[in-house]
This record gives sequence, structure tokens and C-alpha cells, in this order.
Amino acid sequence: MKIMVQHQDFDIGAEISALCAGRRDIGAVVTFTGLVRDFHGPDKIHKMTLEHFPGMAEQQLAEICATAAGRWPLQGGCVIHRTGSLRPGDRIVLVVTLSAHRQAAFEAAEFIMDWLKTAAPFWKKEETARGSQWVDAKSADIEKCKKWQE
Amino acid sequence: MEIVYFARTREEVGHASEYLSLPEAIADVNDLMDHLQQRGQNYRAAFDDRTKLRVSVNQLYVDFDHPLQDSDEVAFFPPMTGG
Repeated sequence: MKIMVQHQDFDIGAEISALCAGRRDIGAVVTFTGLVRDFHGPDKIHKMTLEHFPGMAEQQLAEICATAAGRWPLQGGCVIHRTGSLRPGDRIVLVVTLSAHRQAAFEAAEFIMDWLKTAAPFWKKEETARGSQWVDAKSADIEKCKKWQE
Repeated sequence: MEIVYFARTREEVGHASEYLSLPEAIADVNDLMDHLQQRGQNYRAAFDDRTKLRVSVNQLYVDFDHPLQDSDEVAFFPPMTGG
């Protein structure tokens, strides 16, 4: 699966077209796109900065995708994660999974996102009227990952 | 040894990376954190609550009892919040 960590935006349609070009074996394409919200609880967010661990981030994403490919019959896909300064409404992350049938593609996309949130070295910092704060990890995200290990 | 810091940990320590000639008394990650904490208030702030710290050695996640060598790259950072 293609793994990209980049500041620049991505085009979901172009990614799907590239992944499926010339293929006749794919019956299901599932995509997940994460966007920057303009709120966090009562706070209005003006800007978000995404920091990552270069090298390790790509490696962890590749490992998560390899685990998904070992668990579901996938026929390809991609993960693109943006870094740097983003604004509300901007795309942050894209996960695309391809399979012959929809269930594998749905489940694998969810698996990849759940693990990406807790195991890939990225950190969000939000700018609000109160100043800028690092986002705290959510225990619900960790619990959701544990579900896949049952 | 190269030590790198990310996100809140980087801001608390005050720099993104540094080199340390590994003292013989340091056997594992816990020892390294104890050693760094003696360097000043910025390090004490970063390493005070270790439940909020994650560590990698040579870009693999490890536990705090992981043994260290002078050739290692050690990274300290808070729990991840990507996606």
C-alpha cells in the first residue's frame, strides 16, 4: 500500500483513480477522510499544527497497513497523512482500502484508522482564543484499538 | 547517543535533539530519564509524569526497562494524536 506523509493537500478522486487504473479485480473501494474541525469542546479552533517523527511515522503506517493486509484480503490502498500548519476544513488524513468485497474494505479501513490514531507518531496542536494547546490522547481511541486484539 | 524530542516533550525540554555520551551507570531508559531529570527544571517538567511519556529506541517503541547502548537513537514524546 502507498504511504505518504506530506504537507500538501491530496485529491481523493485522483487517488482512487490511480489505485484502480487498469484493475478489474476490485469490487469495493472504501475511503476515510479526516478533516480539521473548527471546535474542540467549547473552544473555537483557528489553526492546527501537525508534528510527526520523520521516518518512524512512515514506517509505523506501513506496518499498520501490512497488518491489515495480513488480516483482510486487500487488493491495495493508500494512507496519506498531512503535516504542518492546517486550517479548519482542511483535509488531514486519507485512508483508502481496495478489496473484491465490501466487508474486508470497510473493516480494514477502520482498523487502519484506529491504529493510526494511537500508534503512528503524529501530534496535533490546536490554536484557540486561549492560546495554543497540544491535544491529549483519548482513552476511547486506545480502547477502540484493543477491540481489534480480542 | 542521540536523543530527540517531539511535541509537548520537545517544548518542555526546550530543544529538539541533543547528543549525550552515555555514562556507564545508565543501563536502560528509566536510568536515562533519571539522569536527564537532574539537568534542570525543563527536564524535570518533561520527565516528571512518565505515564504521559512514550519512548522509541532506533525508531521502535520500547518499554522503560529497555536496555540502552551509546549508538542508540532515543526519542521521547507524548502519546500520539494523529489522524
